[in-house]
Parts: sequence; structure tokens; C-alpha cells
Amino acid sequence: MSKRVAITGNEAVAQAMRQINPDVVAAYPITPQTEIVQIFSTFVADGDVDTEFVTVESEHSAMSATIGASAAGARAMTATSSQGLALMWEMLYIAAGLRLPIVAPVVNRALSAPINIHCDHSDTMGARDSGWIQLYSENAQEAYDNLIQAVRIAEHADVQLPVMVCMDGFIVSHGMENAELLDDDVVRSFIGQRTPKHSLLDVDRPATFGALDFADWYFEHRRQLAEAQTHVKGVVLDVAKEFAKVSGRSYDLFEAYRLDDAELAVVVLNSAAGTAKEVVDDLRDKGMKAGLLKIRLFRPFPHEEIVAALAGKKAIAVLDRADGLSTMGGPVFVDVRSAMYDAPGPKMVNYIYGLGGRDIDTEQIAGVYWDLARIAETGKVTSPVTYLGVRE
Amino acid sequence: MANLRDLTKKEELLCGGHRACAGCAAPIAVRQALKAVDTPVVVGCATGCLEVTTTIYPFTSWRAPFIHSAFENSAATISGVEAAYRALKKKGKITRDIQFIAFGGDGGTYDIGFQSLSGAMERGHDMVYICYDNEAYMNTGIQRSSATPKGASTTTSPAGKVIPGKVQFRKDLTAVMAAHNIPYVAQAVPSHWNDFITKVQKALAVKGPAFINVLAPCRLGWQFDPAETIDIMRGAVETCFWPLYEVENGVWRVTHKPREKKPVRGWLQKQGRFRHLFRPENEHIIEEIQADIDRNWEALLARAGAA
Repeated sequence: MSKRVAITGNEAVAQAMRQINPDVVAAYPITPQTEIVQIFSTFVADGDVDTEFVTVESEHSAMSATIGASAAGARAMTATSSQGLALMWEMLYIAAGLRLPIVAPVVNRALSAPINIHCDHSDTMGARDSGWIQLYSENAQEAYDNLIQAVRIAEHADVQLPVMVCMDGFIVSHGMENAELLDDDVVRSFIGQRTPKHSLLDVDRPATFGALDFADWYFEHRRQLAEAQTHVKGVVLDVAKEFAKVSGRSYDLFEAYRLDDAELAVVVLNSAAGTAKEVVDDLRDKGMKAGLLKIRLFRPFPHEEIVAALAGKKAIAVLDRADGLSTMGGPVFVDVRSAMYDAPGPKMVNYIYGLGGRDIDTEQIAGVYWDLARIAETGKVTSPVTYLGVRE
Repeated sequence: MANLRDLTKKEELLCGGHRACAGCAAPIAVRQALKAVDTPVVVGCATGCLEVTTTIYPFTSWRAPFIHSAFENSAATISGVEAAYRALKKKGKITRDIQFIAFGGDGGTYDIGFQSLSGAMERGHDMVYICYDNEAYMNTGIQRSSATPKGASTTTSPAGKVIPGKVQFRKDLTAVMAAHNIPYVAQAVPSHWNDFITKVQKALAVKGPAFINVLAPCRLGWQFDPAETIDIMRGAVETCFWPLYEVENGVWRVTHKPREKKPVRGWLQKQGRFRHLFRPENEHIIEEIQADIDRNWEALLARAGAA
């Protein structure tokens, strides 16, 4: 029997980890992720999991030990935030390049400097081209559900890639919400056992992991990594279908909220989507054809489906909780706009919001929609990239 | 104790055909270390000469399972493998006994990998870490590391008009590892193969972490004839530049005491990296090196109760 509980995002993720019962977890404390490893430590201490918990001396070693464990055939996990993810950066690429199905919750937090412990997406956006699959989560329920599905996605024979499950620091990680947790047995039978093709511990069939490629092979191996990304979308959808059967909750590559007949669309990731849905409902009541697209799978980027969902809109605003610092908008905007290049052309604008945990409110999002209405009416974009809610 | 006849019958886990330089001591050290293993072994390696010369895709010289992931994390990576082994053994998915050895050069061990090594040792993983110490970043072209001895000329501590090679004495990593209070720490060199292999056997036999620092001269960086590798190693021991000792459960023991402690001068003279020290204005550095060796040797003897 699944049960409804009042739970924070971190607690929900820790519960999912308990149910996944990984062979190895190697992790290091960092705000706002710390609670996940603290709670998980109690599961280890109380014998609620069989996990070997490796209390490493840094995030670099956390990812390194996780890589070693995964190459040894174990189901291996870690968890981090912000500077911790930044310190893992080198090893993220290696985890993906070695095709290791590691699963890691990441609690989104701003990057220094200035140092800041609150939410934005600078950390995971910096890892978007590392070869990791990235799933974004609006709330604790989605973080929990995504983490369980991530195990199946990562380990799928056609994928064999690491997965990052992202949720907003403090807003979701520390906010208490209602969520429904599945039975332990349901989760365990859903994820099954890992059956690696090669393993370091398969001593009778010794294999070399992490060999040196020169110009004669490196390109082919990177090409294979790119090819694997093309399989992800289908697997994410298949796993979601199966997950719906055991949970009653359905997932897609993204959530289209009142988008079908919308003329003005906002694209957003994670918790701000919840706020934006309120705004959409309110503006719909006022007669505006407002809609929302909340991206779940950001890497690889489901560009065809996103283009199909946004084609024909009159104006689109992409809300980025990270700045690309390229002077042409945030990373989500750059991808969405690039994908839309071949679509019959809606006007597109970008808003950078919420850096370092700055709240975004319904009025600001409503303002975005009013901007879109003006753009749709006049056909003119006066400010392609706008910083929302900042002192200028 | 290792028996030469038995050792020759054992399979080579690092097979020939690798691309290490003629006269390189690293593969000699690795082959000797792996001769000490009686169970299946998983090998980890930091980025460096050993890794790049033995794993050029689609070839591998490793007959044992092998993993390289990056430069600074050989210890952390193998600690994850060892944790996986414990987890899977507990679940009955693995029944065999397996040993774990992580290799790293001095750059990957004394410097960039020091934190990950210290962490893995403190956590108590049942693994052996072997540093093959060639006293500089040889893979990238002979740059100084904290293992480079005072006076040596490297490409980032070149012997110039005003600075005569590396200014600082090297870090005493073996003693630093002994301060981790792990069950077994040793210093060794492949010229004294029986001493080295016995130490690896002891390191593998202890439950928990062990560390061995093995001197592995680089004929390119040290600038000597590749035929002289073994002689150069012997010289390091005979001069007490590289004393052979072990620290077993906190007890220090000198495992080889040279019959006659030779002056370091003759040993330095055989290596091009110290050539500039023999200019009159630099002679004082040779004296400083000798004084440092003498001081360290006496301190070691005192620590080992062998003075």
C-alpha cells in the first residue's frame, strides 16, 4: 500500500534512496543536500539498507568512488549541490564517458561568487553538456518519482548513462509537502536488479576500464556516447509508462499545462512551474490564452517534441534560473530558441530570474505574460533578454 | 619471503608489449608487486606514465581487471570498487576473495592525489596503495613535484643562472602515511626485489589499508643510461637516500641496512639531473643533500630502535 505523507524534498529523496537500497553510496555534505545523506546515514546505521556508505573526504572523491563502485557492477549513488557538483565536474564527464549508470539527486543551489546557499540552476546547468541525463522536478513528489525512474533509465541496455535528478534547494528540499510514497516492495520490483555486461569484479573476464584513446578511437567513442543520448527519450517514456502502472502518476518528457490552445507560452523548469500554473489559471479566468511548458527531461533535449508543442504560439518567454553570461540569455532559452529556429516563427524572449534564491512571485510571472501579449500584438521584441526581479 | 623459483612460475598480470621506455622502473615495480598476489586482484591506476603506456586502446597490458578514471583519485576510485566488493559479497553476488591495489605516480600521490589517498586510508578500505615514485611529473615532461629531491633540475625547476634546480627538500610521504596509523606502511625499491615483494605480501595480508612507496627511477628525467636502472636503484639504498623500512602496526623497522653507507656524491654524479651541482658555486648543495640524508637516516634508525 502506498501512503500519503507530509514530507520535505530531501526526506522524499532519502526515502527513495532507502527503497532503491543501492549497493554503494559515496557522498559528502553540502547545503542544501546535506540532509539527504544525513537521513540516509540513519538508514545505514539502523540496518534499513544493505548499502556500503562511503563517507568520502570531498565531492571529487564522492564521484570517483561512485565511478569505481559502478564499474565494479554495483548500483551506486551519490548526492550533491552547487560547489559540490562543481568539484565533481571533471568526474561527471568520466562517469558518462565510461557509460556508468550512476544515479545522483542534485539539490539546485547557486554557485559562488558571491557565495550563496539558496536556489538557482547554475550548478546543474554547468553540467548540462557532461553526458549526464538531467531530469528536473517541480516538487517533492516529482523528485521522488524521478529518482526511482532514473534507476531504470540509467541502467537500460540502450542507455547506460548516469542520471541527475534535480530539485530546487530549500524551496523543495526543505519545504514540507504532501507526497505519496510507494511500497518498498513495489519500488524494489520496479527497479529490479542491475545486471552489468562488464564488471571489474568479474575477475575471470578481466576488462580494462578507462583506457587511453588517441585520435584513432576517441572520436568513435564520443560518437557512441552521442548515439546513446538519442535512445534516452524513448526509454524515459517507456519507463514512465511502466511507472504509471505502479504509481498511478503519469510522466512525459515535459508537462504541457493548458498549452494546447494557448497563444502565449512560458517555458520553465522546477518549482517555479508551480507558481506559474497559478498565474496561468488566473490569466485564463481573465480571458488571456496563457499556457505553460515545464521541461522534465532537459538532457538530452527533446527538441522535436518541444517544437511541436510550441509551434504556432504567438509569443514565448523562457524563464531561466541561471545566466549563461553570454549576453544572449540563459541556457534554457538558448536551447529552446535554437530548437524553434525551423518552426513557423513565434517571437521569443528570455527572462533570467531567481538567482541565489531570489523569490519569484505570481505578479512577476503575470508581467511576463503581459509582455508576451504586447509582443504578440505588435510583433516587436524590445528586450530579448530581461533580468526579472533584480535591482538594476 | 619470496621464492624466486616460485615467482617465475606465476602468471605475469602486466604483460609485455606495453610502451614504457627502456629502463623504466615503473613496470618492473608493478610486475614485482603483482607477483605477490595469490588471489584475483583488481588494479586501479592514476593518470600517468603507467596508465598511458599500458592501456592504449584497443590494446591493454593488464591481465587483471583494471580501472583508470583520472589523475588525483586512484585511491578514491579503488575505495569505491572495494566498497562495491563488500556490498556484493554481503549479498552473496560474489563469492571469491579479491584483493585491491591502487597505483599512482608521485604526482598523483604526493601532490594532486594526496587528499584522496589520505581519505581512503583514514576510511580503512581493505586495499594497498602503491606509489611508484619517479620523483617528478615524468608523463607531462619532467616537471618538479613535491617528491623531487633538492637540487634536481626539472623542466619547472631548471638549473638556471641564479636558481640551481629545485630549492626545496622533498616531502617525506612515507612518514606522512605512517602518521595515518594504518596497519602497514613501507618504503621499497625493485632492485631489492625480495624485500619489496615481501612487503607487498605483508600489505595484502593485513586487514585494512596499506601504503607502499616504491622508488622507480625514470631514465629520461633522471638522465642515466637505461641499462643502469637497477644500479641507480641500488645506489639510492646504499647511500641511504632511499632507506628500506616498514611500519607494521606502528612499529618501525629498517628492513635493509647497507653494510657501508656510501656518500651521496657518487650517486648524484651518475644522474644528469644533478650535473649542475658539481659546478664550484653549487657544491654546497651537495653538502646540504648529504647532511639531510645523514639526519634523516639517523632519525630513522632512532625511530626503529636500530641506532
